[in-house]
Parts: sequence; structure tokens; C-alpha cells
Amino acid sequence: MSDHSYDAENYWKANLRLIFGSLIIWALVSYGFAILLRPMLESIAVGGTDLGFWFAQQGSILTFIALIFFYAWRMNKIDEQFGVHEE
Amino acid sequence: MDQQYIINLSFVGASFLLYIGIAIWAKAGSTSDFYVAGGGVHPITNGAAIGADWMSAASFISMAGLIAAGGYSNSTFLMGWTGGYVLLAMLLAPYLRKFGKFTVPEFIGDRFYSQNARLVAVICLIVASVTYVIGQMAGAGVAFSRFLEVDSTMGLMIAAVVVFIYAVMGGMKGITYTQVAQYCVLIVAYTIPAVFISMNLTGNAIPPLGLFSTHVDSGMPVLEKLNQVITDLGFNSYTADVDNKLNMVLFTLSLMIGTAGLPHVIIRFFTVPKVADARWSAGWALVFIALLYLTAPAVASMARLNIMTTIYEDGTDAQPILYENRPDWIKEWEVTGLIEFQDKNNDGRIQLYNDANEDFAPVAKARGWEGNEFTYNNDILVLANPEIAQLPGWVIGLIAAGGLAAALSTAAGLLLAISSAVSHDLIKGRFNPDISDKGELLAARISMGVAIVVATYLGANPPGFAAQVVALAFGIAAASLFPVLMMGIFSKRVNNVGAISGMLAGLIFTLVYIFIYKGWFFIPGTNNLPDTAQHWVAGISPLSIGAVGAIVNFAVAFIVSNATEEPPEEIQKLVESVRYPRGAGTAQDH
Repeated sequence: MSDHSYDAENYWKANLRLIFGSLIIWALVSYGFAILLRPMLESIAVGGTDLGFWFAQQGSILTFIALIFFYAWRMNKIDEQFGVHEE
Repeated sequence: MDQQYIINLSFVGASFLLYIGIAIWAKAGSTSDFYVAGGGVHPITNGAAIGADWMSAASFISMAGLIAAGGYSNSTFLMGWTGGYVLLAMLLAPYLRKFGKFTVPEFIGDRFYSQNARLVAVICLIVASVTYVIGQMAGAGVAFSRFLEVDSTMGLMIAAVVVFIYAVMGGMKGITYTQVAQYCVLIVAYTIPAVFISMNLTGNAIPPLGLFSTHVDSGMPVLEKLNQVITDLGFNSYTADVDNKLNMVLFTLSLMIGTAGLPHVIIRFFTVPKVADARWSAGWALVFIALLYLTAPAVASMARLNIMTTIYEDGTDAQPILYENRPDWIKEWEVTGLIEFQDKNNDGRIQLYNDANEDFAPVAKARGWEGNEFTYNNDILVLANPEIAQLPGWVIGLIAAGGLAAALSTAAGLLLAISSAVSHDLIKGRFNPDISDKGELLAARISMGVAIVVATYLGANPPGFAAQVVALAFGIAAASLFPVLMMGIFSKRVNNVGAISGMLAGLIFTLVYIFIYKGWFFIPGTNNLPDTAQHWVAGISPLSIGAVGAIVNFAVAFIVSNATEEPPEEIQKLVESVRYPRGAGTAQDH
């Protein structure tokens, strides 16, 4: 039983690590590149404007999609690895 | 117009027949069917249904116009209304699916072992969802009146009857499959004119790529050309950065956590068979949503450029067109009042410029202009898009059906969230726990019927708060529901007292801040401070305060919980169990 709870704890930690990493990227592309860091990216031109504008209107959305699919794929693997996946 | 009327009528009529056909096929036989579509929806199907559930009349009709008007600064809507799905996928949906019950307040009531917590959640859910649904019903009425020449109240009634048929009969099961059909209708309707406008302007058939490519007529990038044209007329640059970054961050954050906390979106995740499917369906949902959300900014800049170059056909230095030579789409939409022209300097020409810009006033004066003469409602960018791009009549019919699909699919999702909170959380949870499954199904149907009647009445007679969807619905979802759901999963320490205090603190803080600037209970004239940037605390707009309210909620809940007893053993076990996917089973009552 203690083995099981040890595993369960590590499973949850693995999930939290994955969420934490994903949310850093989530925040970086939207609040970072698209808003706060936009002035720093001004020199990188994209189609008549700058990279920050691209992130605000396209890049962040595309990144969000990639993040969710990565999380789902990775988490489903972790479920299996720890034996907590659904039959 | 007669021929156009028949085209519009056939498109809308055919789409309605399809929805009713689906309703007859997908009749609900149990409460599980009614609340969670039997729990057997495929993740991709659910993704499309979430797409339609989420994309409202506002997303379909108004969002491109908002972005066109605000340029870069209104990118907040694009990021805010998509970024919430990342939070849903990682922080809420899989665990709430594992919990396996029917409603959002039910989780809050069970996890915080408190009927009062459940009641607070029900009230938050109803206020947020009712505010939201009024706009959808009103939007359906407006779409009807514009495209089918019926009175908007009459249009509203027709829409209500159709929703009544499939939502009351089929519950979540009927709603799910009609939402999938509605998604198809709305995305086709949105994309076709966008592809044509992108082809015309840039030669690129993919609008999101067209947005960052070259404007064929001028040889300049689209956005550079747009900037040049509008700044020549005294408007702000489209791509210019904003000064108040704090507010932009908080507004985006409020929209994101508000999106994640809206019950009508969350309950859609209860319909899939497995926890893993809940994760996948969040990804699919965002793919389906992104098809529209990546197209909208392209439509925004291209349609705005189109309007400008239509009026200044020989460039901004030359005279604008004569009113009598205006194109047909302007004539047609003038009838609706969405486009207005007033010849202030009596020269017979359409002067469109920013007369609020004092720096531009000398230029305007030198050119003999006496004020802006041409105003258009933001919705025109989507509604008149097919006519501006000179597309055939059937595309206009498609826009009519698409606008209605967007309004009705969101309305149905909201009505289900409201009626299940009434029948499951209030009637079964509070007043009559021994009610049979059959009795509860009947109660759910009656609640749905009543909710539709109330929503229709409010849609026809919108109260003042109906215009405050962003402030009220997103503010409440962000400040009260999202934090308490997240803490319920990620903390074993937060207890009943902590959760209730947190929810109330977040809610009251947010509402008071909104009321100070927008009037108490949105009654005009009762605001304490003018709703302008220089009066906002630290430059934070009342629309952005939900994110701060969420922080208040988290802080109060932690402090109060730590000062009081920790939750009982079985609650800590419950938290454990929602964290591990194994043994999910379909959503059920017991």
C-alpha cells in the first residue's frame, strides 16, 4: 500500500512539473512575446509589422494548440507509466 | 432583394430542419442522456461541439469588427478567448471529468462538503449564464430581422421555438449533435467570404497567411498599407503598441481564466467517456475554435482596408467618392441603420476620417472637411463582407444561417448549464433528494422550458446588464468559479469555510469595482467614478478586474483555510481520486 501511495505521489509530481513547464510557455508567448516583451522584439519584422504583433494575433493561438496536444500526449503516457490509466 | 430573400430563407430554413431532425434522432431517455449526452461522445465530436458552444454571436458577428477598430490593442480578445483552453486542459477538465458528476456546483458542494458552497456556485453560474444568454437570444433576433425581414421579436420567438424543440427533447444529447452541425454551418459561412477577400487583396487563399503578405494593388504588406491609409486619415496606427501594458495583461488574464471558469464550457467535458478523452477534446476544441479565431484578424484588417479604399478609391490624397456613386452594399446596409452618412460640408462626397484627433484637425480644415460623415457599426465587417467582396447571393444566405448557428448553439449550451443547475443542484440537491430519475428528467425538461421562456423575454427586453457580458459573466467566472474549482483539485488543505469565504470575497471585490465605474447593478447614473482610464485604480479597467478578483479569492481561501480545521479524511481521499484517471467510468449520479 505504501508503494502505491509513493507512486501516486510521484505521478502527481510528474503532472505538476508538466503543467508548470507548459504554463511557462503559455505565459511567455502571450503575456511575454505578445505584450510585455513586444518592444524588445520590434526589430524582428514579420509581414509589414513585428514579431510581437504576430504573436498577439496568431502565434500565441498556434502555441496554445501545440501545448494542449503535447500535454494530452505526454500525460496519457505518464498515466500508463504509473499504471493509473483507464482500462 | 426578393431573390436574395428566398435564398436566405432556404438556407436558414434548411439549417433549422437539420437541427430539428437531429433532435428527433437524439432524444434523451435518462438524466444521464439529458445532462451529459450519456457520456459517450467522441473527443473530436466533443471538440466541434465545444467550438460551437463557445463561439457565440459575438465571436461570429462582432469580434472581427472589434479587432478592426482596435487593431493590436484588441488582440486581447484573440488571446484571452483561446488561452483559457490551455487552463481547462491542464487545470480543470480532466479532473472534473474523473469526478464524474453532472454539474459544476455539484463538484463544489461535494469537494467542500457544504450545501452553502454549492448554492453560492449555483448563484454565480446562473448570473453569469443568464447575462450571457440574453446576448445570444438578442443576437438571434437581430440576425433574423436583418436577413429575413421579420420583426426582431418575431425572429427571437422563432429561434426560441427551435431551441425549445431540440434542447427540451434531447437535453445535452440533442444539443451535442446540433452543436456539431452548427459548428459546420458557422465555420463554412465564416471562411468562404474570408477566403475570397484574402484572394482579392493578396492573392493568397489562406486568410491568416494573407494577413502577413503583400497587398496586390499597392505592392506593400497588407498591414503596412492599412497603417498608411488610416493614419493619413487621422486614425491611430493599426499595429501600434499600447502604453497601459498592465491593463492589457490583466484583461487578457481575466478573459482566459473567465473562459476556463464558465460552466457551460466545463460541462461539455463531462460528455466524453474517459479522462484521456477530456484532455484530447480540449485540444480539438481549440483547433476548431482557432479556425475562426485565426481567420477573424485577417477579416478585420482586410475588410477595414477594403472599406477605406472603396471610399478613397484614388488614394487618401485625392477626393473621396461621391455619395451618389456609392457601391450597392452601402445602399443596402444604410437601410438597416448600421451604416450612416451625413453630408456635413454639402460637397456630395463621403468624408471618412477621425474627427476626434486634434492633431489632424488642421489637415481636415485645409481640405474643407467639417466632421466625419460616414459611420459604420463594427458588425458590418462580417455581415456585409460577402457584398463588399462581390460574392454571389448564396454566400449571404450562408452568413445568415451561420450567424444564427453561432447564436443558437451558444444559447443552447448556456440554457443547459442553467437548467441542470436548477433541476440537479436545486431541486434534487436541495429540495427533493429522493426524486426518481424519471421525475428528475421531467424536472430538467421543465427547467429548460422555463429558462428558454425567461431568456426569450429578456432577449426581447434586454435589461441594462445584458450589455455587460465581458464584465459580468467573465468577471464572475474568473473571480469566483475558476479559483475555487482549481483549489478543489490542487489543494487538499482548502476547506469549506475557506472556499466559501474565497468565492464571496472574489465575487464581491470584483462586482464592487465594476459597479463603482459602471453604476450599481448597472443602473445608469449610479456610478461613483467616471469609467475612464484616468479614474481607474492603477489604470486597471473594470473589465480587467476579474483577474485581481481571482487573486483575492485564492488569498482569502488559503488564509481562512489555514486558520481553520483541515478537511475530513474522506474529502482528502476524494481529492486524491480526482487526480488519478483510473476508474473514471461514465458520469453518473451516485
